[in-house]
Amino acid sequence: MPPAPEEPRPVPAISVRDVVVSYGGPRVLDGINLDIARGETMVLLGGSGSGKSTLLRQIIGLERPQSGMVLVNGVDLAKCTPSDLKKIRRSIGVAFQNSALFNSLSVEDNVSLALREHTRLAESTIRLMTWMKLAVVGLGEFGKLSPQALSGGMKKRAAVARALALDPEILVFDEPSAGLDPIVAAELDELILGLKRAFNMTVVVVTHEMASAHRIADKMAMLYQGSMIAVGTREELERSSHPRIRQFFDRVPDKIGDTAAIDEKFERYLKGGSV
Amino acid sequence: MSIPVVERLGGSTLRQLEYVGGLAIQFWDAAGALGRTLPLVGNRHRWRSAIGQMLAIGVDAFPMVGIMAVCAGFILAMQGASELRRFGAMQFVVDLVTIGFTRELGPLLTAIAVSGRSGSAFSAEIGSMVVTEEIDALRTMAIDPVEFVLAPKYLAALIVVPCLTIISTASGILAGGVFMRFSVDMTLGVYLRDVVHSIALKDVMTGLLKSLAFATIIVHVGCLEGLRVRGGPDAVGRSATAAVVKSTFLVILADVVFTAILYMTGAS
Repeated sequence: MPPAPEEPRPVPAISVRDVVVSYGGPRVLDGINLDIARGETMVLLGGSGSGKSTLLRQIIGLERPQSGMVLVNGVDLAKCTPSDLKKIRRSIGVAFQNSALFNSLSVEDNVSLALREHTRLAESTIRLMTWMKLAVVGLGEFGKLSPQALSGGMKKRAAVARALALDPEILVFDEPSAGLDPIVAAELDELILGLKRAFNMTVVVVTHEMASAHRIADKMAMLYQGSMIAVGTREELERSSHPRIRQFFDRVPDKIGDTAAIDEKFERYLKGGSV
Repeated sequence: MSIPVVERLGGSTLRQLEYVGGLAIQFWDAAGALGRTLPLVGNRHRWRSAIGQMLAIGVDAFPMVGIMAVCAGFILAMQGASELRRFGAMQFVVDLVTIGFTRELGPLLTAIAVSGRSGSAFSAEIGSMVVTEEIDALRTMAIDPVEFVLAPKYLAALIVVPCLTIISTASGILAGGVFMRFSVDMTLGVYLRDVVHSIALKDVMTGLLKSLAFATIIVHVGCLEGLRVRGGPDAVGRSATAAVVKSTFLVILADVVFTAILYMTGAS
């Protein structure tokens, strides 16, 4: 019997291949490889300075790598035509860390901006769709407010509503729980899970809040000093013996106080030397 | 030795060239986007934004520009009169004020006022947007920041700065008339007749052409400084200062170039 023909592997929603990024000095990202399948929720973990925000900026097409490539639905972001890039950008919704709401526009104008720019829908349809996006995040009655009048949690939710405006295939969150109290952070987690279930979106979340990561992740990827040190499910990472992963999961601090240097300087001072 | 000096000179030159290049690229992008900002044929949201900018850049600047022009008119008339009096040539004060304002002071004073008011406002506004990632948000929503933020300001300035120039020129000339009324008892009617006599259409046109060039410089330098902000609130403040200083400097540089060309081609 001839062997069964192989099922063609589905194109991953996002593919990062050998990406190297440096801003003139040491490499911020050193040969990153990552595949995010369609409908998957990938959480990018890493400490400060690990390069996860830089990787995010590469994935959403704000910057280009020095070498390597970033593919969205199989299309190389650096090589496609400007109109293709526009289409890809419209299929990715981004909720920024500080919400990045346009301060000169009301909340509902923030959400409807993409609809007005990229569609020819009637005004009444736009208003309805805007209200629905706001209602999904629980801000249905707050459309007329300006961003300055919102609390931190409300701003984050408004940013999510804006990211949802064009019904994107891919949703990206940069530190969604940063600066939020545990209750509001949990609400945001539920929102992300609900969206993913309802619309089968591919979700990429950059965070270092382990509780959120445990709740929402299908797969996790951990970065350390510009390198990808692990990619896998939560269980796989929890079983890992890599010291940095263990330190992250077990919440073990680095030694920061330099007691030897303090002692030495004090000794010198007491002996009358220069400090 | 002299190597560090050469290195610094070279680095500085490259930075200036890169700045001018960045300005040129931005100008090209904005000029292309102007078509989409026009009323009727363009995007109505851009046009609405441009109207708001016209109010901010033009209407709100009107009192300041008017007062500056009136003061400059008095100054020019008085200084001119104190010298021309010695030659018994007081009647040439009219020519001095008229030609001085239409060719030079009208456009230049307006540019300085608009640069201080609006140039710094643009860079502070856009710089703040860079710091809060609003510019990045626009890009990820497939909206071009130059078309969305810059082009309406540019179109507004191109319409409004020449209007302010006309107002400033007229105010300066009228101030000269008031001075002549009280110093040599020249009636306003006679003064205005002399003004009409000495005003030349090509002077008015070159003045308006200058004002278009100055408007371009002010908008683009202001916006470029804003877009180049890296850091926090202190960087935004520095960009506002840089915008005013650089645009004023470039305006005066452009003025020299214009005046020299017109002088040498004998149009003056």
